[in-house]
Amino acid sequence: MTHSPEALGISIVLAGEAGQGIQTIEQLLTKILKLDGYHVYATKEYMSRVRGGTNSISIRVASKPVQAPLQRIDLLVALDEKVLSHLQYRITEETIIVGDPEVLGAVPGILPVPLRQMASELGNEMYANTIALGLISGLLAVDAQVMEKYLSSRFADKGDDVVANNIKAAGLGYDRSWTLRESGEVRFSEIRKHEHSNEIMVNGSEAIAMGAIAGGCQCITSYPMTPGTGVITFMAQHQHDFNLVVEQAEDEIAAINMALGAWYAGARAMVTTSGGGFALMTEGVSLAGMLEMPVVIHLAQRPGPATGLPTRTEQGDLELALYAGHGEFPRIILAPESLQSAFAVSRQAFDLADRYQVPVIILSDQYLVDTYYNTAAFALDPRETLPSIVETTEEYQRYQFTPDGISPRGIPGRGLGLVGADSDEHDEAAHITEDLDLRVKMVDKRLRKLGRIKEELPAAGLEGHKDWRTIIISWGSVNPIVREAVAELNRNDVAQIAIQQVYPLPADLHQYLKKADRTIIVESNATSQMGNLILRETGHTFQHAILKYNGLPFTVEELVENLRQCLLA
Amino acid sequence: MMHFDMEKIDIAWCPGCGNFGILNVLKRTLVDLKIRPQDLVLVSGIGQAAKTPHYIKANFFNGLHGRALPPATAIKAVNPELKVIVTSGDGDMYGEGGNHFIHAIRRNPDLTVIVHNNMVYGLTKGQASPTSQLGFVTPLQVDGVFEEPFNPLAVAVALNASFVARTSIHDLALTQKLFAQAIQHKGFALVDTFTPCVSFNKVNTRQWYQEHTYIVGDDYDPQDRNEAFKKAVEAEPWPLGVIYKSPAKASFEENLPVYKNNKQPLIDRRVQWEKLEALIESKKI
Ligand SMILES: Cc1ncc(C[n+]2csc(CCOP(=O)(O)OP(=O)(O)O)c2C)c(N)n1
Repeated sequence: MTHSPEALGISIVLAGEAGQGIQTIEQLLTKILKLDGYHVYATKEYMSRVRGGTNSISIRVASKPVQAPLQRIDLLVALDEKVLSHLQYRITEETIIVGDPEVLGAVPGILPVPLRQMASELGNEMYANTIALGLISGLLAVDAQVMEKYLSSRFADKGDDVVANNIKAAGLGYDRSWTLRESGEVRFSEIRKHEHSNEIMVNGSEAIAMGAIAGGCQCITSYPMTPGTGVITFMAQHQHDFNLVVEQAEDEIAAINMALGAWYAGARAMVTTSGGGFALMTEGVSLAGMLEMPVVIHLAQRPGPATGLPTRTEQGDLELALYAGHGEFPRIILAPESLQSAFAVSRQAFDLADRYQVPVIILSDQYLVDTYYNTAAFALDPRETLPSIVETTEEYQRYQFTPDGISPRGIPGRGLGLVGADSDEHDEAAHITEDLDLRVKMVDKRLRKLGRIKEELPAAGLEGHKDWRTIIISWGSVNPIVREAVAELNRNDVAQIAIQQVYPLPADLHQYLKKADRTIIVESNATSQMGNLILRETGHTFQHAILKYNGLPFTVEELVENLRQCLLA
Repeated sequence: MMHFDMEKIDIAWCPGCGNFGILNVLKRTLVDLKIRPQDLVLVSGIGQAAKTPHYIKANFFNGLHGRALPPATAIKAVNPELKVIVTSGDGDMYGEGGNHFIHAIRRNPDLTVIVHNNMVYGLTKGQASPTSQLGFVTPLQVDGVFEEPFNPLAVAVALNASFVARTSIHDLALTQKLFAQAIQHKGFALVDTFTPCVSFNKVNTRQWYQEHTYIVGDDYDPQDRNEAFKKAVEAEPWPLGVIYKSPAKASFEENLPVYKNNKQPLIDRRVQWEKLEALIESKKI
């Protein structure tokens, strides 16, 4: 099967050592491409080091919105020669590799562009990256004026000289691209441009952080851990505008206990972390369960166990999130699949936590937080947050028994009553008890909330033709990749369920699975943790599991291939 | 007797426990300082000492073992109008919670931290605590403790804590005076409080504390950090009183940007929708 460029767009990869400037090119390029009307998608894979190694950024430029990585590379801009072996598995005969012969040496099959030499002719080797930017822009037939206009505004605060030199450098690269195109050495199929200046471009971390702000988050306490750190960094940078308390805690244990204290006193609070940090938080998760304290936890997964692959991706912590914390208590786990849902889920997490007084875990991963593309501006309406705090009366009891198990939540200092919170088993007034009948009533009260949650959360729904016989299930960030692969397969008998509500699972899941002739689960882990959860909850066993756990996200082509094999079997 | 008294409670402490003294002195101090129960939050971890909040009629957050300081810090940060007092044991504060102790002092939230220091783990029935003295024999430390005892005052002085005091519950008047000063002090105020554990510490008894402590003289200047350090490492007899006061410094809450130009508690503020819309708008290029 050939994937038509018209459908899949052009796949560009920028690769080089950490610190060589691929990020600069990437940031400028993706913005220029978007401004010029292309649909742009970018994701990165990088090593856990500050210098050296090989990092790469994969960019898709397409006529339609895209949300998934490709395996193949149409244009590779190699900033050093290690890149070629690092990315060998993605390079085909058709891949055009552009590089500076001075840097790469005499590698056969490479289109030599003397970037450094051209830059030093301009008076500064620093401009090599801008020349590369101009070259790629030219190869993709970007409107030169759009490129120049963006460079002027981008470098305006650095002075006229810098602006002029960057425009000149980009122009040199751009001109060079025309020579390459005219000589026929490089030819890409045409990609249609669209007007979409109303769309935004943010990555998953930013979407989650903005969703949190929209959800009324006022306090974020965390300890740095890749890939969770992006969320607190973004919020720190905007804390003045949004009245946020942002604190780097001494460890993750402090972070979650601070967040619980903040909710107790009346603020909405969150923590962001990755598997190792979340493991340290688990006693705090259990405390949230006992205190019936809302809390929002962003858990950005990376491959474990232990330190694992710090900068890579995996869906290996579903079971950790599901079982974290001793004792029995309800929780909600949500796994957003896209930037839109990262924003929406993050916002919603605060209302859900508040409404049910349970911990809500947002399960993302390195791939999702580091990926960005153009998408509709996040919708803010209705502009309100759930009012959930009651003014206390003198008789107020924090853990008052109610039919659905949810007790009205008061906060200290607001009302005539007193508000307790106790990690021991407690009575309705929150005081420590060893009355064992009361214990049973309290356990039942806490667990009753899960019934409510199950009733009120939405159904999963199914995507596909009405004649479906095969169901493909995936969750979180893998969903859009499966979606594109399924579209490529173009078969009437295949449908997809894209799970974003991990726990409790959507109530309608079982009914679809029962009807299917064939079921396939796709996950970024080695043991099919979602498959295990579905088995536990519905009794359903999948015929096929497509599992990837080398630290990289699935690609469309590889999934098409894997799915096709499952469908043949 | 007082509006901080609980109506019917079954106190889990042993007869003769020093915690009763701390409880009574604390309640009296709160009455004297005219603190409203509604404006007070007592925060603790787990242990016998950490049960104190259950015996005072006020708001309380009784969290996890070792984890009193993080929620206390956050409670004060999101609503600085509340008075926040931490009551906790030596194991809770200096053992399981040791890292938070260090970093809370660095943050300097406006908290009063009363550590019921009985030099033993009471609730878990008599193991050594970080402050157990050398040679202290327990069912677990069968040949006696050989680790260097943790010195909370010296650590606090080293961290330039804003208020560092030690009292002993055999002296109720001193204890009340120091509790009052600590509660009125703005910033992190530590009162390490010697207290006997009648069941599991037969060495450091009420009488032992009486015989092995003295009150620092009027001529002692707690603002001199070097002198404070000397005092903090003194033992047998152990000095009681205000050991150190740092030069005035901003509290954690005062340093938070949210309160720089606006004193309104965070919990009364709403989402900045226009700014959020503008932020989203700025992502269009
Ligand atoms: C994570 C955790 N570890 C251990 C315990 C058991 N535990 C409860 S209290 C305590 C120590 C109590 O000593 P201290 O804090 O000095 O208080 P005391 O009982 O002497 O007043 C321990 C080890 C626990 N509750 N949680």
